[in-house]
Amino acid sequence: MTAVPIHAETHAEEPAERRKRLAMVASKGTLDQAYPPLILASTAVSLGWEAGIYFTFYGLDILHAERFDRLKVASLANPAGPIQLPNILGAVPGATAAATKVMRKWMSDARMPTVPEFIDMCQELGVRFFACATTMGVMGVSQQDLIPGADIAGAAAFLDYAADADVSLFV
Amino acid sequence: MSTDNTTEIESVELDCEGLLCPLPVYKAALVLDKLESGARLRLITTDPGALQDIPAMTRQRGDTLVSADDEGGRQLFVIEKGTRR
Repeated sequence: MTAVPIHAETHAEEPAERRKRLAMVASKGTLDQAYPPLILASTAVSLGWEAGIYFTFYGLDILHAERFDRLKVASLANPAGPIQLPNILGAVPGATAAATKVMRKWMSDARMPTVPEFIDMCQELGVRFFACATTMGVMGVSQQDLIPGADIAGAAAFLDYAADADVSLFV
Repeated sequence: MSTDNTTEIESVELDCEGLLCPLPVYKAALVLDKLESGARLRLITTDPGALQDIPAMTRQRGDTLVSADDEGGRQLFVIEKGTRR
């Protein structure tokens, strides 16, 4: 048996000035739904807050090294999507790729960072990334599949973090 | 030219013209994090949300919004770095 270090936070002294904290769950893995948690987290740390995102179920793709730069926008059953199609056409092969292409163009024309760029921005200012251990087990994702800096954690660890949050959001 | 002995206030400028939320706040934070307390940032934005966002940012960070001007959709904010690290 190898001793596992106890997380330092458990015994950390209360800092002189407590920082506010944002705790979010990112549960969706589409391009459009990847942006809101990354925008809010990068903003929170810019305000001097702490921020952490718990990536669970499809949201785990946002931390997946081979998938996070090819997230897609649904063309089917997405009436507010970037291309307005009846569902019968939204199911046609290539429609999802077309919707994704339109949204990517919107973003780059507006000089918005890509998802991988937002991940870098978040990490630069210390956003914590929690990767849902159960999702990893269920979907066969290993630590090596994830971007560096993702902490594997279960619901208890996230709730322990979120219990001290001032703002908690589910995306 | 000033002849008094007071130290000149450090002032840097950041142009965020054309950038949308969260970029002006994010980029301003990167600059403010490196400034000494009392130093000033002149921030230029065109994001319509900036008129609400920049005052909110200075309030949350503990910095001081010295002035805010808007002319034709182009804003100039002068921010003084507070005492927080």
